[in-house]
Amino acid sequence: MKNEWPLWEIFIRGQHGMSHRHVGSLHAPDAEMAIKNARDVYTRRNEGVSIWVVEARHIAASSPSDKGPLYEPSESKVYRHPTFFDIPDEVGAM
Amino acid sequence: MYAQMIKTAGTGVKSREEMTEQERAFQDKIDADIKIEPKDWMPDDYRATLIRQIGQHAHSEIVGQLPEGNWITRAPTLERKAILLAKVQDEAGHGLYLYCAAETLGVSRDEITEMLLDGRMKYSSIFNYPTLNWADIGAVGWLVDGAAIMNQVPLQRTSFGPYSRAMIRICKEESFHQRQGYDAIRKMAEGTPEQKKMAQDALNRLWYPSLMMFGPSDKDSVHSAQSMAWKIKINTNDELRQKFVDQTVPQAEYLGLTIPDPDLKWNEERGHYDFTDPDWSEFYDVVKGNGPCNVDRLAARNKAWDDGAWVRDGLLAHARKKAAAKVAAE
Repeated sequence: MKNEWPLWEIFIRGQHGMSHRHVGSLHAPDAEMAIKNARDVYTRRNEGVSIWVVEARHIAASSPSDKGPLYEPSESKVYRHPTFFDIPDEVGAM
Repeated sequence: MYAQMIKTAGTGVKSREEMTEQERAFQDKIDADIKIEPKDWMPDDYRATLIRQIGQHAHSEIVGQLPEGNWITRAPTLERKAILLAKVQDEAGHGLYLYCAAETLGVSRDEITEMLLDGRMKYSSIFNYPTLNWADIGAVGWLVDGAAIMNQVPLQRTSFGPYSRAMIRICKEESFHQRQGYDAIRKMAEGTPEQKKMAQDALNRLWYPSLMMFGPSDKDSVHSAQSMAWKIKINTNDELRQKFVDQTVPQAEYLGLTIPDPDLKWNEERGHYDFTDPDWSEFYDVVKGNGPCNVDRLAARNKAWDDGAWVRDGLLAHARKKAAAKVAAE
């Protein structure tokens, strides 16, 4: 119990041109082994072209209880979306 | 089903009046199919039950490697060997996805591993049966993975986010497992009379243990209601068992093999096959630890854990040394 390998979060770039996406986590003694293990655990079927590993304890996360203050303000800002504005048909595509 | 007889924590389903405000909000989210994520508030009983269920599921994937691993070196062709190797490696991966999902609930990997090793946690009863010959490997893929899929497909919709995501990943890979098994046993069923006899023998021995995978009959599974309200159990044991029988009988017919149940017959009225339940006393006996391979399986897992200790410790010591050297150099 004392010598448990740290937990790493794994991010994989699925295809060229795409961003890395979180796919899961695994335990490994260091970054080098985390990448080797991630290759075995998360890319057995050509799922990736690049791997990032981050030790889980270095990830800071927002708290579920902050959901309101963080995200509700944007709900009322409909003008941030292009569909808010009427553009006359005559103007053409915009 | 890889998680059988999970005892649901708590006192059963509460009415809305009995629930606290927090519990009501939690149940509302589940009813609205909003996923519960690790940092969200959840009832202690939900957390405890999920650790048991996901843990048992993970242990089943890991222990499930043993009966199949038994045949890797003796696969009949190089192609079959490569396929089996890939399948067994997948099972290790499935175990790891699930352990990580369980860990988000606050149990550590070592804790949950030790609970398997000292028998506090179980794995599916099916893996306490032996794989006696190559036909069994085909039958395991076809029947055991087929039964697992029946359970795992609905669990993709389970309420706990990390569990659901693990199930989605697993289901994507699981179909290969069943199909390679069916392909292997088909080869034997279409082979020499002796090979066909082996295929039939494997079906005879693995049929009822496969039916047991879904757990006891609904009338005897007392804890389901709360787990179903929490959407960590989606279908009842008997529903899934019936679905499995209905799906498997035509597959056996195609192979020219006979399901070892003289009372099996299509029931026009119900639109399902009638079939004989497995011997539940055998099931409970295997769960209790008295199956043909319980002792071997646990001994193998304990040996692997003990034999691997120096590797785990050595790699960690090396990583710490390297990190310290890096700090010193800065």
